Amino acid sequence: MTRYILRRILQAIPLLFIISVVLFFLMLNMGDPLATMGGRKVTRSQDRIRLARQLGLDKPQPVQYLYWLIGNDWTKNDMDGDGVAETPGVRKGVLRGDWGISLVNRQKVTKVIGERLSNTLLLMLSAEVIIISLALLIGIYSSLHQYSAVDNMITTVTFIFYSMPVFFFALLTMYIFAVNFKKWGLPYLPTVGMFEPSAGETAAQIAWHMVLPVATPSFGFVAGYSRYIRSTMLEAMGQDYIRTAKAKGLPKPEVVYIHALKNASLPIVTIVALDLPFLLGGAIVTERIFGWPGMGRLFLDHVARSDTPVVMGILMMIATAVIVFQIIADITYAWLDPRIRYQ
Amino acid sequence: MTDIPASQPKSPSVVNLALDELETPPLSLGQLTWRRFRRHKMAIFGAVMLIMMILYAFGGMLVFSEAEANFNDTGKRLTAPSREHPFGTDTIGRDILARTIYGGQISILIGLTAMVVELFIGVTIGALAGYFGGLLDALLMRLTEAVLVIPQIFLLLVMAKYFAQDIPNIQMLGRTFSGSVLVIIFVIGITSWPYLARIVRAQFLSIKENDFVLAARATGTSTRDIIFRHILPNSIAPIVVAGTLSVAAAITLEAYISFLGLGVRPPTATWGNMLEGAYNYIETAWWLWFFPGGLIALTVLSINFLGDGLRDALDPHSRSA
Repeated sequence: MTRYILRRILQAIPLLFIISVVLFFLMLNMGDPLATMGGRKVTRSQDRIRLARQLGLDKPQPVQYLYWLIGNDWTKNDMDGDGVAETPGVRKGVLRGDWGISLVNRQKVTKVIGERLSNTLLLMLSAEVIIISLALLIGIYSSLHQYSAVDNMITTVTFIFYSMPVFFFALLTMYIFAVNFKKWGLPYLPTVGMFEPSAGETAAQIAWHMVLPVATPSFGFVAGYSRYIRSTMLEAMGQDYIRTAKAKGLPKPEVVYIHALKNASLPIVTIVALDLPFLLGGAIVTERIFGWPGMGRLFLDHVARSDTPVVMGILMMIATAVIVFQIIADITYAWLDPRIRYQ
Repeated sequence: MTDIPASQPKSPSVVNLALDELETPPLSLGQLTWRRFRRHKMAIFGAVMLIMMILYAFGGMLVFSEAEANFNDTGKRLTAPSREHPFGTDTIGRDILARTIYGGQISILIGLTAMVVELFIGVTIGALAGYFGGLLDALLMRLTEAVLVIPQIFLLLVMAKYFAQDIPNIQMLGRTFSGSVLVIIFVIGITSWPYLARIVRAQFLSIKENDFVLAARATGTSTRDIIFRHILPNSIAPIVVAGTLSVAAAITLEAYISFLGLGVRPPTATWGNMLEGAYNYIETAWWLWFFPGGLIALTVLSINFLGDGLRDALDPHSRSA
């Protein structure tokens, strides 16, 4: 097992390397980060040259990648433009944990991302808890009442929800629970930000502001997972050991929740682990619509301004998370099902 | 499904029939599929809805000209649905009904062509990896993993921005299209293929071990013919299903990137870019997002129903319970 994990980690290294090269060159050629630095004024050409030199953007692109990857403290740079490289570099490079500084606000990338990451995680983890509990509830219920009227209704509704684009849900719920509830004089849900500036950043305010942004991406996932749980539960309930358990007179809850659910949950665990990082993708749309100060919006803002260090930071972090969760999924699978052996 | 196919007589008189009367000509794959497909009510519903969508988007051309769809009357900004403008007008006074018609054409077109791009790349890579195996397989699968590791929406946004720098407009069929349409099709196509490639590879891995492939090879059939005439037609079912579902995915993805402001540029309308910025008017102008958003949701739903029906019809074993 340890050897298997080690091998997976070793395999991930060239993968991450290739991804970083491709993304880095896409980012470098995507737009001019200097164009917006002068604010509303057009950057003067001598300022542009000076800025490019100071930020290292005048270097050939492979050199820029090298500096990003392993840093430039082993070489000297020309900072004042006299053609003599005299200033030793200070960057340590990604491999030594230095993700560089943002081209937009000159802050450390780790700090920029760190400030937003917790907001996104708050949103996504609450969504995940709700998704899994609701999906289990619905999935188990409809598998126990297969082909009943309620089950047929659930099947149809989940299919519709599953096909609905996230933004349509967001706009629909916003329109119903914020706009119309306000019109009808009912307590209405807020649609923008994390808290009312007048009320301050209290837990109650944040929870109240989280309702819509959490609900929006959850619908689709609840629908998808509950369909999946229904089918794995149905498969498990048809097995011989369930018949045996029933025949020896075990109470029904024990048969369903201990014997069937434990075995049915195997593929569910995998799917959840593999999907977790992809919830971040859903966050882009949700955060944009609801003005949630999270990573999705950070990504959009910094892509728009061609801020290579921050965008690379976000993308490499997500790529690493995806790979780590893939390995975790495999390990959990082997742990839950002793029949599985990894060579 | 335990239904007995309608063609088989259920009465006991079947026993009395002569042997040769029992033998009906074998059904082709298409006929078999259609028989199973038409029993799937939701799939039929999806197909009918889809045909109506296509009629709406392309038949609407006869009623409205493209000039009407792009005509802006700033005196009539954000007017609510009325007799003159059944779907209302947008932020610069364009008629939303006409724009959903022309936007629908582009959205459906993007869905279909992105699917073609995806099929081309996905089938090629999957077939090569599955058939030849070895080093080529290892390389292609690492490439597939590399694309899969970044959630598609992030990749799409970066690529859309990268390829969308100064793209000129295109003149085609007497109409002007924003060049960004091509960019979006290309970008969706080249980020969507990995799942398909994996499906095709798995199919090739199992089918190439069959005796008929061995026989074909023994009779000196060329590798190209083995791949395209022997193995590919046998793995067509999952490809058709994946292709159908990917049209829905492409329409949704176009809407996402246009919604986020990196998609198809004006003046060309798509259902997605009609939604851009609509949430700023959520309190005042519901018709801005309701009509294009509803059309996207309906289309995607119909395609998914259709795909689900096709899955059951083409491959009865893979039914999700």
